[in-house]
Amino acid sequence: MRAVAPNRRRPYVRSMVGWWRKNPYFVEYMIHEGSAFFVAAYALILMVGLLRLTQGEAAWNGWLTALRSPLSIAGHLILLVAMLYHAWTWFTIMPITLPPIFVAGKRLSATAITAGGLAATLLTSVLLLLLVWRLGT
Amino acid sequence: MSEIEKIIPIEVLRYRPEQDTEPVLQTFQVPFTDDMSVLQGLQYIKDYLDGSLSFRWSCRMAICGSCGMMVNGIPSLSCKTFLRDYYPVGLRIEALAHFPIERDLVIVMDDFIEKLESIKPYIIPKKPRTLIEGEYLQTPTERDAYEQFSSCINCMLCYAACPQYGLNSKFIGPGIMALLHRYNIDSRDGGKAQRMEMVNAEDGVFDCTAVGYCSKVCPKHVDPGNAVNLNKMESAKDYFLRFVMPKGTGK
Ligand code: SF4
Ligand code: FES
Repeated sequence: MRAVAPNRRRPYVRSMVGWWRKNPYFVEYMIHEGSAFFVAAYALILMVGLLRLTQGEAAWNGWLTALRSPLSIAGHLILLVAMLYHAWTWFTIMPITLPPIFVAGKRLSATAITAGGLAATLLTSVLLLLLVWRLGT
Repeated sequence: MSEIEKIIPIEVLRYRPEQDTEPVLQTFQVPFTDDMSVLQGLQYIKDYLDGSLSFRWSCRMAICGSCGMMVNGIPSLSCKTFLRDYYPVGLRIEALAHFPIERDLVIVMDDFIEKLESIKPYIIPKKPRTLIEGEYLQTPTERDAYEQFSSCINCMLCYAACPQYGLNSKFIGPGIMALLHRYNIDSRDGGKAQRMEMVNAEDGVFDCTAVGYCSKVCPKHVDPGNAVNLNKMESAKDYFLRFVMPKGTGK
């Protein structure tokens, strides 16, 4: 017999390996974070365009032709879907990041904030499209 | 008890440090009625099937915050979750995620308690008042500003929902941030400068990547994720203000 009782405490720390697969919420989180790569890819395409513009008319036209290839159009469709999803999830998380907003003495609901953000995106996209359309024709 | 007794299988993650090298699942067949909570299911196991099962509880009405566990992988108050919703498939109960397991469903919460103490969760008056000056007054609007954040019951469900805390337990985490914020925005409080040190620290608010699950699982609608993210803004303000404010005031 020992004089002092042994310490039987042995707290067990669980592993975090594969944590994001354990809950559908985390899986979705990883997907929407992953969609940021598509946003970066599009930024890269635009940067290349800018670079080609500085290299003269032939280079610029080459870039434009490349954009019109079927492969590029298919790629753009994928990018568009990823961007839309990214925007959607971005505005869904937005209410969590904002200080309380009061309209006529009542606190604006999370749904209203998300809807407002999406509406603003839609509006600016349409305006931009119209502007570019007019400039192009 | 209803006439036909229903039986539900409850799988419990057991860990008895004196005999288990790692947690093991054990299934119990528990008779239940429609009004029984998951906590009552565990109490049935303890009373009639295996008295060695350990778990925490007290109020059994979502007030004390002691009975948090993972129910089918979702951080839940077991007194606010009902067996009927898992019938007939059954359910799996585990100790709250991201905390070390002391025994069965009991977790080690020292880290949470230390953080709670560190943020000075009490009102630090701007300047001390004498008795003659009377009490500190507050308008209903001033009270509304922090009310939501004062509803926290320290249940730690938000920590079990936060992968960043699971990956790095130094992160101050959602619930504590909600409480810190609750005192910082109280019109009677003057302790913000002291608490901002915790917010700005290496493992302060910026460990948060806005997963947002903490606010989803909070049983008291505290929206702790909001407190964390508002304090990212506060921290940035704090940082830039020191360049424009005279020494000593912008801290
Ligand atoms: S913020 Fe909500 S989930 Fe987190 S400890 Fe407080 S009551 Fe529990
Ligand atoms: S027993 Fe108190 S919150 Fe569940």
